[in-house]
Amino acid sequence: MIEGISIYEVLTLSSVLFFIGVYGFFTRENLITILMSIELILNAAAINFVVINTYLYPDFLQGAIFTIFIIAMAAAETALAIAIIINLYKLVSSVEVKDTQVLKY
Amino acid sequence: MDFSYTIWIPLIPLALFVILGLGSKKIPPSISGWMGSIGLGTSFALSVYTAYKYFSVGKVNGVYEAIIYKTNWLNFTETLHIDMGVLIDPISVMMLIVVSTISFMVHLYSRGYMKGDDGFTRFFAYLGLFSFSMLGLVMATNLFQIYIFWELVGASSYLLIGYYYTKPSAVAASKKAFIVTRFADFGFLVGILIMGYYTGTWDFMELNNPEGPAIMNWAATSFMGMSVITWALILIFMGGAGKSAMLPFHIWLPDAMEGPTPVSALIHAATMVVAGVYLVARLFPMFYFVDDGFALQVVAYVGAISSLFAAIIALTQYDIKRVLAFSTMSQIGYMMLALGVSKYEGHEGLGYMASMFHLFTHAMFKALLFLGAGSVIHAIHSNDMRDMGGLRKYMPITHITFLIAALSISGFPLFAGFFSKDEILAAAFENNMLIYISSVFVAGLTAFYMFRLYFSIFWGKDTKYEHAPHESPMSMKVPMIFLAFMSIAGGYIHFSEYVSADRVPFAAHLNYGLAAIATTVGLIGIALAYVFYKKENNLAEKFSNAFGVFYKWAYHKFYFDEVYIFVTKKIIFGMGAAPIAWFDKNVVDASMIGVGNVTERFSYKIKGMQSGKFQDYAMSFIGGGVVIAIVIFYIWIN
Repeated sequence: MIEGISIYEVLTLSSVLFFIGVYGFFTRENLITILMSIELILNAAAINFVVINTYLYPDFLQGAIFTIFIIAMAAAETALAIAIIINLYKLVSSVEVKDTQVLKY
Repeated sequence: MDFSYTIWIPLIPLALFVILGLGSKKIPPSISGWMGSIGLGTSFALSVYTAYKYFSVGKVNGVYEAIIYKTNWLNFTETLHIDMGVLIDPISVMMLIVVSTISFMVHLYSRGYMKGDDGFTRFFAYLGLFSFSMLGLVMATNLFQIYIFWELVGASSYLLIGYYYTKPSAVAASKKAFIVTRFADFGFLVGILIMGYYTGTWDFMELNNPEGPAIMNWAATSFMGMSVITWALILIFMGGAGKSAMLPFHIWLPDAMEGPTPVSALIHAATMVVAGVYLVARLFPMFYFVDDGFALQVVAYVGAISSLFAAIIALTQYDIKRVLAFSTMSQIGYMMLALGVSKYEGHEGLGYMASMFHLFTHAMFKALLFLGAGSVIHAIHSNDMRDMGGLRKYMPITHITFLIAALSISGFPLFAGFFSKDEILAAAFENNMLIYISSVFVAGLTAFYMFRLYFSIFWGKDTKYEHAPHESPMSMKVPMIFLAFMSIAGGYIHFSEYVSADRVPFAAHLNYGLAAIATTVGLIGIALAYVFYKKENNLAEKFSNAFGVFYKWAYHKFYFDEVYIFVTKKIIFGMGAAPIAWFDKNVVDASMIGVGNVTERFSYKIKGMQSGKFQDYAMSFIGGGVVIAIVIFYIWIN
């Protein structure tokens, strides 16, 4: 509960963050920036968890705990994605999306 | 009277087949030859022992009782079931002797004849399979069991004819033999099924009982003006005609000579080809009583026509094995006509006994003729009698044994064939004059073509051979000498005391008048052959030219093969199969191919959707998620 800030402003923030992430996911050409967009989406979700927990059910902690899980999962996922991207770079000397289309049909 | 050990008579060859077949690459020829010979020797000894025991103790109140051991194998209904078992009665014991003797002799002979062949062990394995099937066939207790072994015999015959499988003609011959006999067996199967449906049993004892329901109720159902049972019997006889190379199913037999010569001796002279005769004899009471013997009349005329037809063709052939093949067909025709003119009781059943008698003696002398021909072929590596001549100097044993067999088949007095042939002619004389006259004529032709063969091989011109022909090894001579002995001694067995239609022994005597006629005709045949072929001359050629077109027809086997080719190729394939094939290709296949083509075209158009860009996929995913969310939201609002 933060004084002077209602739940609406915070939810607006997380929504904006989410759509920035989605937009980035669809439009970026570089795999690293796509990965960053995914992080934005995940963080938007994490903020939602914390805010709704704090504003609506202040006596419980599940939202906060979920957020910690999300952060841990995001870290693991990033490590994995980076490993894949490095291997891809070794294969095609590029981290551009357009160079990863070799598996179509 | 325990005969249950007889099950081992066929099982020993089966064991040989399994062992030699599985080890055909590992077992050396010397061992496999001996294994086969010893195994069949054991079967032979057991058969002789069985015959001795059965004929000495088998008579109950003056009738030879059948002894049966069987187990229920397949149940269809309460009464209709297939049994497997062993049937011991006079004709099956006689057939056991014939089959095991010839098979044993052929095993011994093949050790010499097949020496050095690559597939030596395989050959003996096949011989084992054949011996097993044939011995099983003669001991069958019911129609279905006989049918099972019947097909096994056909399959092993196929394997043995096609033994030289690298030779295209042998492959074609084996296919021809299998397909022709299989076609005839189709009739046999239909006959068996009709029989099972209308009589409710396949058991020989029940079918053959003259007072039993199967025979008494023959007129109950009719089909196209004849009793269904008569139809069934004629169809069963069709199967028998296929295996026994009767008209019009004889075309496979001459070609079957592509197999190794011991095989021809075993299968296509002595054992398998008489299976049809055995089948008719086995069902003789049915053939005789049902419809006043109409089916038996069919048997008689088919036999008589086949014997005449084959004898005429045999006059013109040059391949010595083919002459023997047509001679076999002719002699089997004899057996068939003897069965056909036979009656049932006592001395009236002379034809039945004569047929079995001739089957026995024929097996001995015809196997001997084939083994002799094999010995000649082994020596000079040719089948054509024009390549031969003057061989008596090089191969004395073959010469003497071949002469004995030729005299025997020609019905020369005091040889085995004389006695059996005389009984057949006597039976024909008493019942059907037309068939009698034709048979006497055939007897003359037989004597002529056998001595044509004999003189061309062993006398005639003194052919110069590149390598001097040599007499065959001991392993081939011993069986020939034994069979030569049997070709004489076989005639002195009092067959009528052992084998008769109603199982009651009777006394048969030589009919001297008829014997004199037949002998005279036979001697005329021999004399003609002597004049034509003893010394090289062109009399035979002049004589055949006098017959002109008729000679040409006979030389081409009356164009039966060509007729078959015409019927199958032009009529069945051309008019029946070709439109069906067109329909299959252009309608059935085409519709399936059409479905495939449409799918492929459509997928070609839409496969661009799979761009390989994962962002596109994510877009579709999100888009789909949004659509579903809107739909759910809309429903929820309402």
